[in-house]
Amino acid sequence: MGLLARAVPGELAAHLETAPALPDFVVLRGPQTGLVMLRGRAGGGGAPFNLGEMTATRASVRDATGRIGHATVAGRDAAHALAAARLDAALQDPARHAALKATVLDRLAVSETQRHAAGARRAAATRVDFFTLATQR
Amino acid sequence: MAYVAVKGGERAIDAAHAWLAAARRGDGAIVELQTAQIREQLGRAVDRVMAEGSLYDPELAALAIKQSQGDLIEAGFLLRAFRTTLPRLAATLPLDTATMRLTRRISAIFKDLPGGQVLGPTYDYTHRLLDFALLENAPVAPAPQAEAIAGPTPRVADILGHEGLLEADARSEDEPFDLTRAPLAFPAGRDARLQGLARGDEGFLLGLGYSTQRGYGNNHPFVGELRAGEVDVEIVPAELGFAVCIGTVTLTECQMVNQFAGSKTEPAQFTRGYGLAFGHADRRAMAMALVDRALRAEELGEARTAPAQDPQFVLSTCDNVEATGFVEHLKLPHYVDFQSELETIRRLRATAERTQAASLPEAAP
Repeated sequence: MGLLARAVPGELAAHLETAPALPDFVVLRGPQTGLVMLRGRAGGGGAPFNLGEMTATRASVRDATGRIGHATVAGRDAAHALAAARLDAALQDPARHAALKATVLDRLAVSETQRHAAGARRAAATRVDFFTLATQR
Repeated sequence: MAYVAVKGGERAIDAAHAWLAAARRGDGAIVELQTAQIREQLGRAVDRVMAEGSLYDPELAALAIKQSQGDLIEAGFLLRAFRTTLPRLAATLPLDTATMRLTRRISAIFKDLPGGQVLGPTYDYTHRLLDFALLENAPVAPAPQAEAIAGPTPRVADILGHEGLLEADARSEDEPFDLTRAPLAFPAGRDARLQGLARGDEGFLLGLGYSTQRGYGNNHPFVGELRAGEVDVEIVPAELGFAVCIGTVTLTECQMVNQFAGSKTEPAQFTRGYGLAFGHADRRAMAMALVDRALRAEELGEARTAPAQDPQFVLSTCDNVEATGFVEHLKLPHYVDFQSELETIRRLRATAERTQAASLPEAAP
């Protein structure tokens, strides 16, 4: 579910085009856009505090096989939430799981890993070794 | 005196707003600004509006900036107003900044910290010379890359904490105060203070933080760590009952380390101030950490002598949406209020003149 939520919506839609068709569905709830309160911890590890809100969209569906799928995704993209919920339902179907994992989840995981790795490499290029001149305590 | 509503002026107001829309668009011969351009190329403005609007949504913040012609306080106001139209779906699990995918991480107190010092895309060390190449929209070279740093990058607070030299976080799972749901009351807990500071005006926080350095409640700060990057956001939806990731947010975190002499019950150790901000926001996170530490004066047994140490002063005035509302309402029609004051003054003067006139003959020699 995390992979689907973090996916770049355009990428998810493109993978769904090439994936086996998802079963028909009825919407049980949403898609509804609302707020999620982001919490931090005082000092990074102490008591929780409310940092501020973010927008999020949630949807629940029941597909033609009777499976129920849920999704909550950051942002206001109803199509993203609906696609994630439909996939959540379809991925519970053992007959569909492997094909959907290969055509959607694995590809999203690869592109996310690449994105993170590129960020980490750019960060590494700005790594600096300071040395002090006066005293080396 | 309260503001008393007036009627009329609708046609003038409509015309003013129509002119505003045209003025916002500017010269039609210039290409219209796209919100995606604001989101991508004015990221620091977007971060500030999200923080002060207290709503993480880069696209909406970009829209608000466009709509307000770049008036960032007005833009934050627009986001605050928008958020009141949406239901609250959930609260997240506390964000774990130790697992941040770092784009930046520096420490001013530890040279050789595990994981290294990573500058990231920073304005630090630039020469602050105007770059005239940007006038020409010259192509930009891709950022250099190097082999990724292996191994963990623990928070500096956790490293110093092992020796007991640094005050530890008092971990709890208490439900935090929420000032979007309940009015602020004093004394305010640290949870309420951090929430207020997180959405406070950056300029105001900067000024207050600076005031502590200028001697108004000094607590000798060091930047223990400043880190920025992406953090996963997790909620526990009621329909599932387990934690799921719903997306990511970019945050900047500042651990300010301060002197503390100790007390009868506590050995001498460093204390901490904490700042956490949406987006890439070194200045905001650092100012917040300075003010957070200053506001702990009472808790740490320090004399409360300066404005930055006064929670009621800081928290009641740091919100720029409230501040701009109250200051700017003064320009709306106050005719009835003023009329009543005018009459009072006239009456006072008339009374004084009568008294003077009555007493004059007797005073004459």
